[in-house]
Amino acid sequence: MELKTGSRWKSAVCATELAVVRPAKEEVTLECGGRAVIAIGADRPSDGVVAPAHAAGTLLGKRYVDEPSGLEVLCTKPGAGSLAVNGRALTLREAKRLPSSD
Amino acid sequence: MNISLLLQMAADAMPDRAALGSLDYAGLASRAAAAAGWIAGREPGRVVYLGLNSPAFPVALFAAAAAGRPFVPLNYRLPDADLRRLVERTTPCLLIADPDLLPRVADLAGVDGVSSDAFLAFAANGGSGALETEADEDDIALLLFTSGTTGEPKAAILRHRNLAAYVVQTVEFAGSEEDEALLVSVPPYHIAGVSAALTSIYGGRRVVQLPAFSPEAWVALAARERVTHAMVVPTMLGRILDELERGGETLPALRHLSYGGGRMPVAVVERALAMLPHVDFVNAYGLTETSSTIAVLGPEDHRRALAGDAACRRRLGSVGRPLPSVEIEIRGPDGAPVPAGTPGEIHVRGEQVSGEYIGRKVIGDDGWLRTADSGWLDDEGYLFIDGRLDDVIVRGGENISPGEIEDALRAHPAVQDAAVFGLPSEEWGECVAAAVVIEGETDAQALRDWVRGRLRSTKVPEQIHFRPALPYNETGKLLRRALKAEFSRT
Repeated sequence: MELKTGSRWKSAVCATELAVVRPAKEEVTLECGGRAVIAIGADRPSDGVVAPAHAAGTLLGKRYVDEPSGLEVLCTKPGAGSLAVNGRALTLREAKRLPSSD
Repeated sequence: MNISLLLQMAADAMPDRAALGSLDYAGLASRAAAAAGWIAGREPGRVVYLGLNSPAFPVALFAAAAAGRPFVPLNYRLPDADLRRLVERTTPCLLIADPDLLPRVADLAGVDGVSSDAFLAFAANGGSGALETEADEDDIALLLFTSGTTGEPKAAILRHRNLAAYVVQTVEFAGSEEDEALLVSVPPYHIAGVSAALTSIYGGRRVVQLPAFSPEAWVALAARERVTHAMVVPTMLGRILDELERGGETLPALRHLSYGGGRMPVAVVERALAMLPHVDFVNAYGLTETSSTIAVLGPEDHRRALAGDAACRRRLGSVGRPLPSVEIEIRGPDGAPVPAGTPGEIHVRGEQVSGEYIGRKVIGDDGWLRTADSGWLDDEGYLFIDGRLDDVIVRGGENISPGEIEDALRAHPAVQDAAVFGLPSEEWGECVAAAVVIEGETDAQALRDWVRGRLRSTKVPEQIHFRPALPYNETGKLLRRALKAEFSRT
Protein backbone atom coordinates (compact mmCIF):
# COMPACT_ATOMS: atom_id res chain seq x y z
CA MET A 1 0.00 0.00 0.00
CA GLU A 2 1.34 3.41 -0.94
CA LEU A 3 0.76 5.61 2.09
CA LYS A 4 1.40 8.94 0.37
CA THR A 5 1.14 12.17 2.36
CA GLY A 6 -2.45 13.35 2.20
CA SER A 7 -3.82 10.03 0.93
CA ARG A 8 -6.98 8.82 2.64
CA TRP A 9 -7.81 5.36 3.95
CA LYS A 10 -10.49 3.62 5.92
CA SER A 11 -10.73 0.68 8.23
CA ALA A 12 -12.00 -2.59 6.76
CA VAL A 13 -13.70 -3.48 10.03
CA CYS A 14 -14.91 -0.26 11.73
CA ALA A 15 -15.93 3.33 10.98
CA THR A 16 -12.37 4.74 11.24
CA GLU A 17 -11.13 6.99 8.42
CA LEU A 18 -7.58 8.31 8.16
CA ALA A 19 -5.39 10.76 6.26
CA VAL A 20 -1.63 10.31 6.04
CA VAL A 21 0.22 13.27 7.58
CA ARG A 22 3.77 11.93 7.15
CA PRO A 23 4.75 8.90 5.05
CA ALA A 24 6.69 5.91 6.33
CA LYS A 25 10.36 5.67 5.46
CA GLU A 26 9.87 2.11 4.23
CA GLU A 27 7.01 0.02 2.82
CA VAL A 28 4.61 -0.78 5.67
CA THR A 29 1.10 -2.17 6.09
CA LEU A 30 -1.24 0.04 8.09
CA GLU A 31 -3.90 -1.84 9.98
CA CYS A 32 -6.98 -0.82 11.87
CA GLY A 33 -8.88 -3.23 14.12
CA GLY A 34 -6.43 -5.96 13.15
CA ARG A 35 -6.98 -5.78 9.35
CA ALA A 36 -5.16 -3.83 6.64
CA VAL A 37 -6.87 -0.51 5.86
CA ILE A 38 -8.53 -0.05 2.48
CA ALA A 39 -8.73 2.90 0.05
CA ILE A 40 -11.22 5.59 1.09
CA GLY A 41 -13.44 4.90 -1.91
CA ALA A 42 -13.49 1.10 -1.51
CA ASP A 43 -16.43 -0.86 -0.05
CA ARG A 44 -15.98 -2.38 3.39
CA PRO A 45 -16.15 -6.18 3.33
CA SER A 46 -19.29 -7.42 5.06
CA ASP A 47 -17.51 -10.03 7.18
CA GLY A 48 -15.23 -7.60 9.04
CA VAL A 49 -14.95 -7.66 12.81
CA VAL A 50 -12.60 -5.71 15.05
CA ALA A 51 -10.01 -8.08 16.52
CA PRO A 52 -10.18 -7.97 20.35
CA ALA A 53 -6.45 -7.18 20.57
CA HIS A 54 -6.95 -4.11 18.34
CA ALA A 55 -10.12 -2.65 19.81
CA ALA A 56 -8.86 0.40 21.73
CA GLY A 57 -10.55 2.72 19.21
CA THR A 58 -9.49 5.85 17.32
CA LEU A 59 -10.29 9.45 18.27
CA LEU A 60 -11.37 12.11 15.81
CA GLY A 61 -8.73 14.73 15.04
CA LYS A 62 -5.93 12.90 16.85
CA ARG A 63 -2.62 12.14 15.19
CA TYR A 64 -1.12 8.67 15.56
CA VAL A 65 2.49 7.86 14.92
CA ASP A 66 4.66 4.80 14.37
CA GLU A 67 8.10 5.92 15.55
CA PRO A 68 10.19 3.17 13.86
CA SER A 69 8.83 3.85 10.37
CA GLY A 70 7.98 7.53 10.81
CA LEU A 71 4.40 7.02 9.62
CA GLU A 72 1.94 9.55 11.00
CA VAL A 73 -1.80 9.55 10.33
CA LEU A 74 -4.70 11.82 11.25
CA CYS A 75 -8.01 10.29 12.30
CA THR A 76 -10.69 12.01 10.21
CA LYS A 77 -13.52 9.75 11.41
CA PRO A 78 -13.39 7.75 14.65
CA GLY A 79 -14.07 4.04 15.05
CA ALA A 80 -13.81 1.04 17.34
CA GLY A 81 -10.58 -0.41 15.96
CA SER A 82 -7.10 0.73 16.93
CA LEU A 83 -4.16 1.34 14.62
CA ALA A 84 -1.03 -0.72 14.02
CA VAL A 85 1.82 -0.92 11.54
CA ASN A 86 3.25 -4.35 10.79
CA GLY A 87 1.64 -5.50 14.06
CA ARG A 88 3.04 -2.61 16.20
CA ALA A 89 0.42 -0.42 17.86
CA LEU A 90 0.56 3.25 16.86
CA THR A 91 0.86 5.80 19.64
CA LEU A 92 -1.09 8.98 20.15
CA ARG A 93 1.04 11.96 19.22
CA GLU A 94 0.88 14.72 21.79
CA ALA A 95 1.18 17.82 19.65
CA LYS A 96 3.08 20.74 21.05
CA ARG A 97 0.60 23.60 21.28
CA LEU A 98 1.59 26.53 19.13
CA PRO A 99 0.26 30.01 19.80
CA SER A 100 -2.35 30.90 17.18
CA SER A 101 -1.19 33.42 14.65
CA ASP A 102 -4.07 33.76 12.18
CA MET B 1 -6.30 15.76 2.07
CA ASN B 2 -8.85 18.22 0.79
CA ILE B 3 -9.42 21.28 3.01
CA SER B 4 -13.20 20.68 3.01
CA LEU B 5 -12.48 17.67 5.24
CA LEU B 6 -11.28 20.09 7.95
CA LEU B 7 -14.79 21.53 8.21
CA GLN B 8 -16.45 18.12 8.01
CA MET B 9 -14.31 16.88 10.91
CA ALA B 10 -15.23 19.94 12.97
CA ALA B 11 -18.92 19.43 12.20
CA ASP B 12 -18.66 15.74 13.20
CA ALA B 13 -16.92 16.54 16.48
CA MET B 14 -18.71 19.74 17.52
CA PRO B 15 -22.00 19.98 15.57
CA ASP B 16 -23.68 22.33 18.06
CA ARG B 17 -20.78 24.65 18.72
CA ALA B 18 -21.13 28.24 17.40
CA ALA B 19 -19.11 28.63 14.19
CA LEU B 20 -20.04 31.94 12.61
CA GLY B 21 -22.83 34.40 13.41
CA SER B 22 -25.95 32.33 14.06
CA LEU B 23 -24.48 29.23 12.35
CA ASP B 24 -23.17 26.28 14.32
CA TYR B 25 -20.61 23.87 12.86
CA ALA B 26 -23.27 21.49 11.54
CA GLY B 27 -25.06 24.41 9.89
CA LEU B 28 -21.90 25.77 8.30
CA ALA B 29 -20.91 22.33 6.97
CA SER B 30 -24.37 21.60 5.56
CA ARG B 31 -24.37 24.96 3.78
CA ALA B 32 -20.93 24.28 2.34
CA ALA B 33 -22.08 20.80 1.23
CA ALA B 34 -25.21 22.19 -0.43
CA ALA B 35 -23.21 24.97 -2.08
CA ALA B 36 -20.67 22.42 -3.33
CA GLY B 37 -23.48 20.48 -4.99
CA TRP B 38 -24.79 23.68 -6.52
CA ILE B 39 -21.31 24.67 -7.80
CA ALA B 40 -20.78 21.19 -9.27
CA GLY B 41 -23.94 21.69 -11.35
CA ARG B 42 -22.63 24.88 -12.99
CA GLU B 43 -20.25 25.12 -15.95
CA PRO B 44 -16.69 24.04 -15.09
CA GLY B 45 -14.33 26.78 -13.98
CA ARG B 46 -12.81 28.53 -11.02
CA VAL B 47 -14.86 29.99 -8.18
CA VAL B 48 -14.12 33.71 -7.84
CA TYR B 49 -15.16 35.50 -4.64
CA LEU B 50 -15.55 39.26 -4.75
CA GLY B 51 -16.87 40.45 -1.44
CA LEU B 52 -16.25 41.68 2.06
CA ASN B 53 -15.96 39.40 5.08
CA SER B 54 -19.37 37.74 5.40
CA PRO B 55 -20.71 34.19 5.91
CA ALA B 56 -20.63 33.78 2.12
CA PHE B 57 -16.82 33.73 2.28
CA PRO B 58 -16.19 30.57 4.35
CA VAL B 59 -19.18 28.83 2.74
CA ALA B 60 -17.76 29.55 -0.73
CA LEU B 61 -14.21 28.61 0.33
CA PHE B 62 -15.17 25.16 1.61
CA ALA B 63 -17.78 24.57 -1.11
CA ALA B 64 -15.29 25.30 -3.88
CA ALA B 65 -12.83 22.92 -2.20
CA ALA B 66 -15.38 20.12 -1.95
CA ALA B 67 -16.40 20.70 -5.58
CA GLY B 68 -12.74 20.47 -6.63
CA ARG B 69 -12.68 24.02 -8.02
CA PRO B 70 -9.85 26.49 -7.36
CA PHE B 71 -11.07 29.34 -5.14
CA VAL B 72 -9.99 32.87 -6.08
CA PRO B 73 -10.84 35.69 -3.66
CA LEU B 74 -10.25 39.06 -5.34
CA ASN B 75 -9.47 42.52 -4.04
CA TYR B 76 -12.64 44.60 -4.27
CA ARG B 77 -10.67 47.78 -3.60
CA LEU B 78 -8.96 47.65 -6.98
CA PRO B 79 -10.03 50.20 -9.58
CA ASP B 80 -12.43 48.80 -12.20
CA ALA B 81 -9.83 48.41 -14.95
CA ASP B 82 -7.45 46.40 -12.72
CA LEU B 83 -10.24 44.30 -11.24
CA ARG B 84 -11.66 43.46 -14.66
CA ARG B 85 -8.21 42.45 -15.89
CA LEU B 86 -7.83 40.04 -12.95
CA VAL B 87 -11.28 38.53 -13.51
CA GLU B 88 -10.40 38.03 -17.19
CA ARG B 89 -7.32 36.11 -16.06
CA THR B 90 -9.52 33.70 -14.05
CA THR B 91 -12.18 32.89 -16.67
CA PRO B 92 -14.08 30.67 -17.17
CA CYS B 93 -15.35 31.26 -13.67
CA LEU B 94 -18.33 31.19 -11.38
CA LEU B 95 -18.33 34.61 -9.73
CA ILE B 96 -19.84 35.04 -6.27
CA ALA B 97 -19.97 38.77 -5.55
CA ASP B 98 -21.55 41.13 -3.05
CA PRO B 99 -24.64 42.65 -4.71
CA ASP B 100 -23.06 46.11 -5.06
CA LEU B 101 -19.84 44.69 -6.55
CA LEU B 102 -21.39 42.23 -9.03
CA PRO B 103 -22.15 44.82 -11.76
CA ARG B 104 -18.47 45.82 -11.92
CA VAL B 105 -17.45 42.57 -13.64
CA ALA B 106 -20.55 40.44 -14.34
CA ASP B 107 -20.67 41.47 -18.03
CA LEU B 108 -17.25 39.98 -18.86
CA ALA B 109 -17.09 36.99 -21.21
CA GLY B 110 -16.75 33.66 -19.42
CA VAL B 111 -18.17 34.99 -16.14
CA ASP B 112 -21.16 33.20 -14.60
CA GLY B 113 -22.17 35.73 -11.94
CA VAL B 114 -24.31 35.27 -8.83
CA SER B 115 -24.81 37.59 -5.87
CA SER B 116 -23.52 36.45 -2.50
CA ASP B 117 -27.08 36.77 -1.11
CA ALA B 118 -28.46 34.40 -3.76
CA PHE B 119 -25.51 32.05 -3.20
CA LEU B 120 -26.20 31.88 0.55
CA ALA B 121 -29.87 31.23 -0.19
CA PHE B 122 -28.96 28.21 -2.41
CA ALA B 123 -26.63 27.02 0.33
CA ALA B 124 -29.33 27.28 3.01
CA ASN B 125 -31.88 25.27 1.03
CA GLY B 126 -29.74 22.30 0.16
CA GLY B 127 -30.45 19.65 2.77
CA SER B 128 -27.86 18.26 5.13
CA GLY B 129 -25.51 15.91 3.29
CA ALA B 130 -21.88 15.49 4.33
CA LEU B 131 -19.06 17.29 2.54
CA GLU B 132 -17.90 14.54 0.21
CA THR B 133 -15.24 15.12 -2.37
CA GLU B 134 -13.41 13.27 -5.09
CA ALA B 135 -10.89 16.08 -5.40
CA ASP B 136 -7.24 15.13 -5.21
CA GLU B 137 -4.99 16.75 -2.65
CA ASP B 138 -2.64 17.76 -5.46
CA ASP B 139 -5.43 19.90 -6.87
CA ILE B 140 -5.30 23.66 -6.57
CA ALA B 141 -7.29 24.90 -3.58
CA LEU B 142 -6.57 28.59 -3.80
CA LEU B 143 -5.26 31.23 -6.18
CA LEU B 144 -4.23 34.49 -4.55
CA PHE B 145 -3.09 37.48 -6.52
CA THR B 146 -0.13 38.84 -4.57
CA SER B 147 -0.41 42.51 -3.72
CA GLY B 148 2.22 43.39 -6.30
CA THR B 149 3.81 46.62 -5.15
CA THR B 150 5.21 46.80 -8.67
CA GLY B 151 4.11 45.30 -11.96
CA GLU B 152 1.21 43.01 -12.79
CA PRO B 153 -0.01 40.89 -9.82
CA LYS B 154 1.16 37.27 -9.81
CA ALA B 155 -1.31 34.46 -9.14
CA ALA B 156 0.15 32.38 -6.31
CA ILE B 157 -1.00 28.76 -6.26
CA LEU B 158 -1.78 26.98 -2.99
CA ARG B 159 -2.71 23.32 -3.24
CA HIS B 160 -4.91 21.38 -0.84
CA ARG B 161 -1.85 19.57 0.46
CA ASN B 162 -0.10 22.88 1.33
CA LEU B 163 -3.03 24.40 3.22
CA ALA B 164 -4.07 21.13 4.92
CA ALA B 165 -0.48 20.51 6.06
CA TYR B 166 -0.34 24.00 7.57
CA VAL B 167 -3.58 23.54 9.48
CA VAL B 168 -3.04 19.96 10.66
CA GLN B 169 0.55 20.58 11.74
CA THR B 170 -0.04 23.83 13.60
CA VAL B 171 -3.53 23.62 15.12
CA GLU B 172 -4.85 21.16 17.68
CA PHE B 173 -8.13 19.78 16.36
CA ALA B 174 -11.10 20.99 18.43
CA GLY B 175 -8.52 22.37 20.85
CA SER B 176 -10.23 25.71 21.50
CA GLU B 177 -12.26 26.49 24.60
CA GLU B 178 -15.95 26.77 23.93
CA ASP B 179 -16.05 30.51 24.68
CA GLU B 180 -13.23 31.41 22.27
CA ALA B 181 -14.07 33.85 19.49
CA LEU B 182 -11.73 35.12 16.78
CA LEU B 183 -12.19 38.57 15.27
CA VAL B 184 -11.21 38.52 11.58
CA SER B 185 -10.52 41.95 10.14
CA VAL B 186 -8.12 41.08 7.33
CA PRO B 187 -9.91 40.83 3.99
CA PRO B 188 -10.82 37.50 2.31
CA TYR B 189 -8.27 38.03 -0.48
CA HIS B 190 -5.36 38.08 1.96
CA ILE B 191 -3.72 34.76 2.92
CA ALA B 192 -4.34 35.60 6.58
CA GLY B 193 -8.08 35.88 5.85
CA VAL B 194 -8.10 32.39 4.35
CA SER B 195 -5.88 30.82 6.99
CA ALA B 196 -7.99 32.41 9.77
CA ALA B 197 -11.07 30.66 8.39
CA LEU B 198 -9.26 27.31 8.12
CA THR B 199 -7.47 27.30 11.47
CA SER B 200 -10.30 28.69 13.57
CA ILE B 201 -12.77 26.17 12.18
CA TYR B 202 -10.40 23.23 12.66
CA GLY B 203 -9.67 24.41 16.20
CA GLY B 204 -13.35 24.93 17.01
CA ARG B 205 -13.24 28.67 17.52
CA ARG B 206 -16.19 30.94 16.74
CA VAL B 207 -15.47 33.43 13.95
CA VAL B 208 -16.58 37.06 14.23
CA GLN B 209 -16.20 38.96 10.96
CA LEU B 210 -15.52 42.66 10.56
CA PRO B 211 -16.47 43.61 6.98
CA ALA B 212 -14.28 46.70 6.77
CA PHE B 213 -11.66 47.85 9.26
CA SER B 214 -11.87 51.03 11.24
CA PRO B 215 -10.44 51.25 14.78
CA GLU B 216 -13.82 52.33 16.19
CA ALA B 217 -15.67 49.42 14.55
CA TRP B 218 -12.97 46.91 15.57
CA VAL B 219 -13.03 47.92 19.24
CA ALA B 220 -16.84 48.07 19.38
CA LEU B 221 -17.23 44.63 17.78
CA ALA B 222 -14.51 43.07 19.94
CA ALA B 223 -16.24 44.37 23.07
CA ARG B 224 -19.77 43.43 21.99
CA GLU B 225 -18.88 39.88 20.88
CA ARG B 226 -16.51 39.29 23.81
CA VAL B 227 -13.77 38.46 21.34
CA THR B 228 -10.93 36.42 22.85
CA HIS B 229 -8.56 36.20 19.86
CA ALA B 230 -7.65 38.55 17.02
CA MET B 231 -5.05 39.10 14.35
CA VAL B 232 -4.08 42.56 13.12
CA VAL B 233 -1.63 44.02 10.64
CA PRO B 234 0.84 46.71 11.78
CA THR B 235 -1.14 49.77 10.67
CA MET B 236 -4.20 48.54 12.59
CA LEU B 237 -2.61 48.05 16.01
CA GLY B 238 -1.48 51.62 16.67
CA ARG B 239 -4.90 52.94 15.64
CA ILE B 240 -6.66 50.38 17.86
CA LEU B 241 -4.54 51.48 20.83
CA ASP B 242 -5.42 55.14 20.14
CA GLU B 243 -9.10 54.20 20.10
CA LEU B 244 -8.82 52.25 23.37
CA GLU B 245 -7.16 55.24 24.96
CA ARG B 246 -9.79 57.64 23.62
CA GLY B 247 -12.84 55.58 24.58
CA GLY B 248 -11.57 53.93 27.76
CA GLU B 249 -12.48 50.41 26.59
CA THR B 250 -10.16 47.77 28.10
CA LEU B 251 -11.36 44.61 26.27
CA PRO B 252 -11.35 42.36 29.36
CA ALA B 253 -12.37 39.27 27.30
CA LEU B 254 -9.41 39.59 24.92
CA ARG B 255 -6.73 36.97 25.66
CA HIS B 256 -4.66 36.71 22.56
CA LEU B 257 -3.60 39.22 19.92
CA SER B 258 -1.37 38.25 17.03
CA TYR B 259 0.18 40.64 14.59
CA GLY B 260 1.99 40.22 11.31
CA GLY B 261 1.91 41.10 7.66
CA GLY B 262 4.65 43.69 7.86
CA ARG B 263 7.21 45.22 10.14
CA MET B 264 5.69 46.30 13.45
CA PRO B 265 7.51 49.20 15.15
CA VAL B 266 8.84 47.99 18.52
CA ALA B 267 7.44 51.12 20.19
CA VAL B 268 3.90 50.12 19.20
CA VAL B 269 4.38 46.60 20.59
CA GLU B 270 5.69 47.97 23.87
CA ARG B 271 2.74 50.33 24.12
CA ALA B 272 0.33 47.45 23.43
CA LEU B 273 1.98 45.27 26.09
CA ALA B 274 1.66 48.07 28.62
CA MET B 275 -1.95 48.92 27.74
CA LEU B 276 -3.23 45.33 27.55
CA PRO B 277 -1.39 43.44 30.31
CA HIS B 278 -3.98 40.63 30.34
CA VAL B 279 -3.37 39.77 26.66
CA ASP B 280 -0.95 37.24 25.15
CA PHE B 281 0.89 38.75 22.18
CA VAL B 282 2.18 36.79 19.20
CA ASN B 283 4.20 38.09 16.28
CA ALA B 284 3.93 35.97 13.15
CA TYR B 285 5.86 35.98 9.90
CA GLY B 286 4.69 34.29 6.77
CA LEU B 287 4.06 34.72 3.08
CA THR B 288 1.20 34.01 0.74
CA GLU B 289 3.45 31.39 -0.85
CA THR B 290 3.89 29.57 2.49
CA SER B 291 0.17 29.18 3.37
CA SER B 292 0.59 31.84 6.10
CA THR B 293 2.78 31.63 9.21
CA ILE B 294 6.27 30.09 9.19
CA ALA B 295 7.75 31.70 12.33
CA VAL B 296 6.25 32.95 15.60
CA LEU B 297 7.36 35.02 18.55
CA GLY B 298 5.18 33.75 21.38
CA PRO B 299 3.60 35.23 24.50
CA GLU B 300 6.47 34.09 26.74
CA ASP B 301 9.00 35.93 24.56
CA HIS B 302 6.90 39.08 24.81
CA ARG B 303 6.65 38.84 28.59
CA ARG B 304 10.37 38.27 29.00
CA ALA B 305 11.03 41.30 26.81
CA LEU B 306 8.78 43.47 28.94
CA ALA B 307 10.46 42.17 32.09
CA GLY B 308 13.67 43.57 30.88
CA ASP B 309 16.85 41.74 29.91
CA ALA B 310 18.50 43.30 26.89
CA ALA B 311 18.69 40.19 24.68
CA CYS B 312 14.98 39.52 25.23
CA ARG B 313 14.06 43.11 24.57
CA ARG B 314 15.97 42.99 21.31
CA ARG B 315 13.97 39.92 20.29
CA LEU B 316 10.79 42.00 20.32
CA GLY B 317 12.12 43.18 16.97
CA SER B 318 12.24 39.57 15.71
CA VAL B 319 9.53 37.27 14.37
CA GLY B 320 10.54 34.50 16.75
CA ARG B 321 11.51 30.98 15.79
CA PRO B 322 10.48 28.77 12.86
CA LEU B 323 7.45 26.50 13.32
CA PRO B 324 8.51 22.92 14.14
CA SER B 325 7.12 21.82 10.76
CA VAL B 326 9.26 24.15 8.62
CA GLU B 327 12.97 24.70 8.09
CA ILE B 328 14.45 28.17 7.66
CA GLU B 329 17.93 29.00 6.38
CA ILE B 330 19.68 32.26 5.65
CA ARG B 331 21.79 32.12 2.53
CA GLY B 332 24.35 34.49 1.07
CA PRO B 333 24.57 35.70 -2.53
CA ASP B 334 26.48 32.50 -3.45
CA GLY B 335 23.54 30.37 -2.25
CA ALA B 336 25.43 28.90 0.72
CA PRO B 337 24.03 29.14 4.28
CA VAL B 338 25.60 31.93 6.37
CA PRO B 339 26.46 31.81 10.10
CA ALA B 340 24.19 33.20 12.83
CA GLY B 341 24.20 36.98 12.95
CA THR B 342 24.94 37.39 9.24
CA PRO B 343 22.19 38.78 7.02
CA GLY B 344 21.16 37.11 3.78
CA GLU B 345 18.13 35.87 1.89
CA ILE B 346 15.57 33.89 3.91
CA HIS B 347 14.90 30.41 2.49
CA VAL B 348 12.10 28.16 3.71
CA ARG B 349 11.10 24.53 3.22
CA GLY B 350 8.09 22.55 4.42
CA GLU B 351 4.89 20.91 3.26
CA GLN B 352 2.95 24.15 3.62
CA VAL B 353 5.32 25.92 1.23
CA SER B 354 4.05 26.13 -2.34
CA GLY B 355 6.29 28.52 -4.23
CA GLU B 356 4.27 28.21 -7.42
CA TYR B 357 2.61 30.85 -9.52
CA ILE B 358 0.49 30.33 -12.59
CA GLY B 359 2.98 29.66 -15.35
CA ARG B 360 6.03 29.76 -13.09
CA LYS B 361 7.54 27.64 -10.34
CA VAL B 362 9.98 29.37 -8.01
CA ILE B 363 10.59 26.52 -5.59
CA GLY B 364 13.71 24.37 -6.01
CA ASP B 365 13.54 20.61 -6.68
CA ASP B 366 14.88 20.19 -3.13
CA GLY B 367 11.79 21.99 -1.79
CA TRP B 368 13.52 25.22 -0.73
CA LEU B 369 11.78 28.50 -1.52
CA ARG B 370 13.67 31.77 -1.83
CA THR B 371 11.48 34.32 -0.10
CA ALA B 372 13.12 37.48 -1.53
CA ASP B 373 13.08 38.71 2.08
CA SER B 374 16.33 39.69 3.72
CA GLY B 375 16.98 38.68 7.32
CA TRP B 376 19.22 36.96 9.85
CA LEU B 377 19.05 34.43 12.69
CA ASP B 378 20.51 35.10 16.12
CA ASP B 379 22.45 32.46 18.02
CA GLU B 380 19.26 31.04 19.55
CA GLY B 381 17.48 30.76 16.22
CA TYR B 382 15.32 33.89 16.44
CA LEU B 383 14.61 35.29 13.01
CA PHE B 384 14.97 39.01 12.31
CA ILE B 385 13.47 40.40 9.11
CA ASP B 386 15.25 43.30 7.44
CA GLY B 387 12.74 43.75 4.63
CA ARG B 388 12.44 42.88 0.99
CA LEU B 389 15.73 42.03 -0.64
CA ASP B 390 14.93 44.72 -3.23
CA ASP B 391 14.76 47.28 -0.42
CA VAL B 392 18.28 46.57 0.80
CA ILE B 393 20.51 49.57 0.13
CA VAL B 394 23.92 48.83 -1.34
CA ARG B 395 26.11 51.76 -0.36
CA GLY B 396 29.72 51.52 -1.46
CA GLY B 397 29.57 47.71 -1.36
CA GLU B 398 27.98 47.62 2.10
CA ASN B 399 24.50 46.11 2.39
CA ILE B 400 22.33 48.31 4.57
CA SER B 401 18.85 47.27 5.68
CA PRO B 402 16.26 50.01 6.01
CA GLY B 403 14.49 48.43 9.01
CA GLU B 404 16.94 49.29 11.76
CA ILE B 405 17.42 52.86 10.50
CA GLU B 406 13.64 53.29 10.45
CA ASP B 407 13.44 51.95 14.01
CA ALA B 408 16.12 54.43 15.09
CA LEU B 409 14.27 57.33 13.46
CA ARG B 410 10.92 56.27 14.91
CA ALA B 411 12.44 56.24 18.38
CA HIS B 412 12.93 60.04 18.11
CA PRO B 413 10.15 61.78 20.06
CA ALA B 414 9.15 64.05 17.15
CA VAL B 415 9.05 61.29 14.51
CA GLN B 416 5.67 59.71 13.84
CA ASP B 417 6.73 57.45 11.01
CA ALA B 418 9.79 56.82 8.86
CA ALA B 419 10.74 55.07 5.66
CA VAL B 420 14.33 54.47 4.55
CA PHE B 421 15.32 53.63 1.00
CA GLY B 422 18.25 53.84 -1.39
CA LEU B 423 18.67 56.56 -3.99
CA PRO B 424 21.18 56.62 -6.84
CA SER B 425 24.48 58.19 -5.85
CA GLU B 426 27.46 58.87 -8.10
CA GLU B 427 29.85 58.45 -5.23
CA TRP B 428 28.44 55.36 -3.49
CA GLY B 429 26.23 53.68 -6.09
CA GLU B 430 23.37 54.16 -3.68
CA CYS B 431 22.96 56.49 -0.74
CA VAL B 432 20.68 56.23 2.29
CA ALA B 433 17.58 58.41 2.09
CA ALA B 434 14.69 58.77 4.51
CA ALA B 435 11.14 60.10 4.33
CA VAL B 436 9.77 61.01 7.74
CA VAL B 437 6.50 62.20 9.19
CA ILE B 438 7.04 64.51 12.15
CA GLU B 439 4.93 66.07 14.82
CA GLY B 440 6.68 68.79 16.74
CA GLU B 441 10.02 70.48 16.32
CA THR B 442 13.01 68.91 14.66
CA ASP B 443 15.07 69.23 11.49
CA ALA B 444 17.15 67.05 9.20
CA GLN B 445 20.42 67.76 11.00
CA ALA B 446 18.94 66.92 14.40
CA LEU B 447 17.61 63.63 13.03
CA ARG B 448 20.95 62.77 11.45
CA ASP B 449 22.67 63.42 14.78
CA TRP B 450 20.05 61.22 16.49
CA VAL B 451 20.74 58.30 14.14
CA ARG B 452 24.51 58.82 14.41
CA GLY B 453 24.15 58.40 18.16
CA ARG B 454 22.61 54.95 17.65
CA LEU B 455 24.02 53.40 14.50
CA ARG B 456 27.28 53.45 12.65
CA SER B 457 27.95 56.43 10.42
CA THR B 458 27.37 54.68 7.07
CA LYS B 459 23.74 54.20 8.13
CA VAL B 460 23.05 57.89 8.74
CA PRO B 461 20.62 59.12 6.05
CA GLU B 462 22.28 61.51 3.63
CA GLN B 463 18.91 62.85 2.54
CA ILE B 464 15.89 63.39 4.80
CA HIS B 465 12.57 64.39 3.25
CA PHE B 466 9.62 65.56 5.35
CA ARG B 467 6.22 64.24 4.32
CA PRO B 468 2.66 64.50 5.68
CA ALA B 469 2.20 60.71 5.37
CA LEU B 470 3.95 57.62 4.02
CA PRO B 471 2.58 55.23 1.40
CA TYR B 472 1.33 51.87 2.66
CA ASN B 473 -0.54 49.15 0.84
CA GLU B 474 -3.86 48.21 2.37
CA THR B 475 -2.48 45.37 4.46
CA GLY B 476 0.03 47.60 6.13
CA LYS B 477 3.18 47.06 4.08
CA LEU B 478 5.31 50.16 3.78
CA LEU B 479 5.87 50.89 0.08
CA ARG B 480 9.53 51.92 0.15
CA ARG B 481 9.81 51.31 -3.56
CA ALA B 482 7.14 53.93 -4.27
CA LEU B 483 9.20 56.51 -2.38
CA LYS B 484 12.37 55.38 -4.07
CA ALA B 485 10.74 55.79 -7.47
CA GLU B 486 9.34 59.20 -6.55
CA PHE B 487 12.60 60.63 -5.25
CA SER B 488 14.72 59.01 -7.95
CA ARG B 489 12.81 61.06 -10.52
CA THR B 490 13.32 64.40 -8.81
